[in-house]
Amino acid sequence: MGLFGSFLSKFSRAKASIEDLDEFRRVLIESDLGVNVADQIIETVKREKAENLESAVTETLKSFLSTQDRTISISSGKLTTILIVGVNGTGKTTSAAKLAHHFKANGKKVLLVAADTFRAAAVEQLLTWGKRIGVEVVQGAENADPAAVCFDGATRALKDGYEILIIDTAGRLHTKSNLMDELGKVRRVVEKVTPIDEVLFVLDGTTGQNGISQAQVFSESVPLTGMIVTKIDGSTRGGVAIATEKALAVPLKFVGTGEGIEDFRPFDPESYIRELLT
Amino acid sequence: MFEGLSNKFSDVFGALRKKGRITESDIDATCEELRVALLEADVALSVVEKFVERIRQRSLEILPVIRQSTQQSQEIYGVINQELIAILGGAARRIRYAKQPPTIIMLAGLQGSGKTTLAGKLARFLKEDGNTPLLVAADLQRPNAVTQLSVLAESINVPIFAPEPGNGVGDPVRVSRDAVEYAREKLYNVVIVDTAGRLGVDAELMKQASDIRDAVKPDETLFVVDAMIGQDAVRTAQAFSEGVGFDGVVLTKLDGDAKGGAALSIAELTGKPILFTSIGEKLSDFDYFYPDRMASRILGMGDIQTLAEQAKKALDGDSAKRLEEKFVSGEDFTLEDFLEQMQAMKKMGSMTKILGMLPGANNAAMKKQIDAIDDKELVRTQAIVQSMTPEERRNPKVLNGSRRSRIARGSGRTVTEVNSLVDRFSAAQKVMKQMRSGGGMPKGMALPPGMGMPAAPRIAAAPKKKSRSGNPAKRAADEGR
Ligand SMILES: Nc1nc2c(ncn2[C@@H]2O[C@H](COP(=O)(O)OP(=O)(O)OP(=O)(O)O)[C@@H](O)[C@H]2O)c(=O)[nH]1
Ligand SMILES: Nc1nc2c(ncn2[C@@H]2O[C@H](COP(=O)(O)OP(=O)(O)OP(=O)(O)O)[C@@H](O)[C@H]2O)c(=O)[nH]1
Ligand SMILES: [Mg+2]
Ligand SMILES: [Mg+2]
Repeated sequence: MGLFGSFLSKFSRAKASIEDLDEFRRVLIESDLGVNVADQIIETVKREKAENLESAVTETLKSFLSTQDRTISISSGKLTTILIVGVNGTGKTTSAAKLAHHFKANGKKVLLVAADTFRAAAVEQLLTWGKRIGVEVVQGAENADPAAVCFDGATRALKDGYEILIIDTAGRLHTKSNLMDELGKVRRVVEKVTPIDEVLFVLDGTTGQNGISQAQVFSESVPLTGMIVTKIDGSTRGGVAIATEKALAVPLKFVGTGEGIEDFRPFDPESYIRELLT
Repeated sequence: MFEGLSNKFSDVFGALRKKGRITESDIDATCEELRVALLEADVALSVVEKFVERIRQRSLEILPVIRQSTQQSQEIYGVINQELIAILGGAARRIRYAKQPPTIIMLAGLQGSGKTTLAGKLARFLKEDGNTPLLVAADLQRPNAVTQLSVLAESINVPIFAPEPGNGVGDPVRVSRDAVEYAREKLYNVVIVDTAGRLGVDAELMKQASDIRDAVKPDETLFVVDAMIGQDAVRTAQAFSEGVGFDGVVLTKLDGDAKGGAALSIAELTGKPILFTSIGEKLSDFDYFYPDRMASRILGMGDIQTLAEQAKKALDGDSAKRLEEKFVSGEDFTLEDFLEQMQAMKKMGSMTKILGMLPGANNAAMKKQIDAIDDKELVRTQAIVQSMTPEERRNPKVLNGSRRSRIARGSGRTVTEVNSLVDRFSAAQKVMKQMRSGGGMPKGMALPPGMGMPAAPRIAAAPKKKSRSGNPAKRAADEGR
């Protein structure tokens, strides 16, 4: 049983002492929920009777989460455009491929756009994925303007009757305003051709409190419609995802659980919280 | 957002001074501030607790001294800072070369932490130092990891040993072993082995890493860790320490605004030195690790030195100088110059966020000026100019209707906006010409004054103070940085 679990069962046996609560607070902090969120949970625990502690904690965590739809709405006969964004190395390209695979498996006609024209072999990386999953990838000339590649991709998606367009962008730190502006430009250029339905922010599940400011700053350049939290197959507890959703009210939509194409599932608050708590 | 600790301390101690005497409970209160600050910086909880307790003890010890001091907060801050630096830099050292070349460096870390990029950076750095490095592509897992390393190797003209295509094909242990053999034969004196990203909990891949280690017997195994990592830093560092064992640490992505508390956790828990930092995506964005800078960064005091260096880089004097020369020599001022100038200003703009890290950045006058830089307008203009062909930038007269609408499409702006930019540019050009015939510009002024007019950022009136320029870019240039 995980740390959370042992605490919760301890609490349901006897009334929690101050020391127990301190211990519990530690566990919450060690899951990257952050000091504030941890304190709020402790407050709840103090208020609740020991019997329903577990559900009290679960409910508190759930109440932090958005009530928005966590699915990607697709209207048939119309192009759905998805922009993938995030800081460096979080798993954008892999997630773009996983998403493409997911839609393809559902019988959709999917097009990928390799708009990371900056990082060494980023285009090739997506091309490899495209080949593996049998999805077409639009690429530009070397060092092409990413917005231009996206323009081509969007134009082609419309012309050739694709149903899903997934754009993989370069990793960028939110502190680089020129790169954030570049993202704004990508968005504007694509929207000249076709509306963007989803902007998914990819959050590395091992990230600490910085994740919140990342998402905040990204949302200023491109309004985020959802988040993907990756790498939670490791030893991280991934609490920052909850803290970020709480701060921004942008719903988590998918979870990355490995490097393979199938290691991907829709975000389910219940099970995510359960895993966090056990 | 996050106030510097010194501010909080000043508040705490300011109140105390009125009260007269610092007590133990005042120290406890201070320690609580410290605790929260460290946790917000992602220092591992167990490390925070130990560290804060140590500070509490030390502070109590020097309580009599503090009481007499007029700078009580400074005294405590000094204690904290010293302790931090001691942990962060306690084991500091440079890279260890093998007595018998080649020196073998193996990189290991989580997925996406920056290993491959670091391999390129290290190779570049060591090469400049007179070595003959060989890069080894031993990540045969991640799609196109081999291509990525090859592209980097080529960009710095460093040879690469990449006998296997990767993407799941080839044995990384064998490649690594062969690489060392190859390096001996060809007399490369440093071998840098890039390995696949792996999770601490992945027993199979950790085993692969230790097999690579056993095959190459590295002189330095470097654990590459993302500065943004949270509490998991401890578990991961421990897993790598047990699974592969490492001799040093490299902290990456420090160009962001993460406080990088992992540095403290890892240094404290493993006792291993942090050797280098990675501070950007370019291969030149690489530096030694400075414990004092890291200490003030973790404490939220702003990494002032790195900041100063970034500012210097952003405000690279070259382009300003070139423009000035152009101006004086009477050459035509083109849209290309205009763009270059704007990009310099833009970099200044991006500095506004970093400047916010400085303790003094709350300073009202400074803030006002920083806020007045209109980022959006800069971006729009930049997008338009970038969508022009080089010829159009040099000679905007060729911009007919169809060209203008193409530019509007390419930049995602309207034709009206394109027209207005061209008009403003022409006006600026005219002013420049007049000024030149009117006797040039004051000496030492880096930017042609016409620049400030059209699309350059609108700067709030500078507080009238001697002749300091209200334009931060200009001022920095004036003051010789
Ligand atoms: N364990 C694990 N690894 C992942 C997951 N998602 C991605 N990765 C790995 O993380 C590394 C980085 O993934 P990428 O998809 O290249 O990340 P990115 O965000 O596109 O990176 P940049 O484009 O360089 O910013 C790769 O080694 C991936 O295999 C995940 O859910 N779990
Ligand atoms: N901003 C910034 N980006 C960095 C830095 N170091 C690496 N990156 C970026 O982070 C991403 C991942 O870097 P890689 O070098 O591919 O990471 P890796 O550890 O080799 O990844 P895997 O092989 O997939 O495990 C890329 O987009 C790099 O450009 C840094 O110091 N600052
Ligand atoms: Mg990518
Ligand atoms: Mg790599």
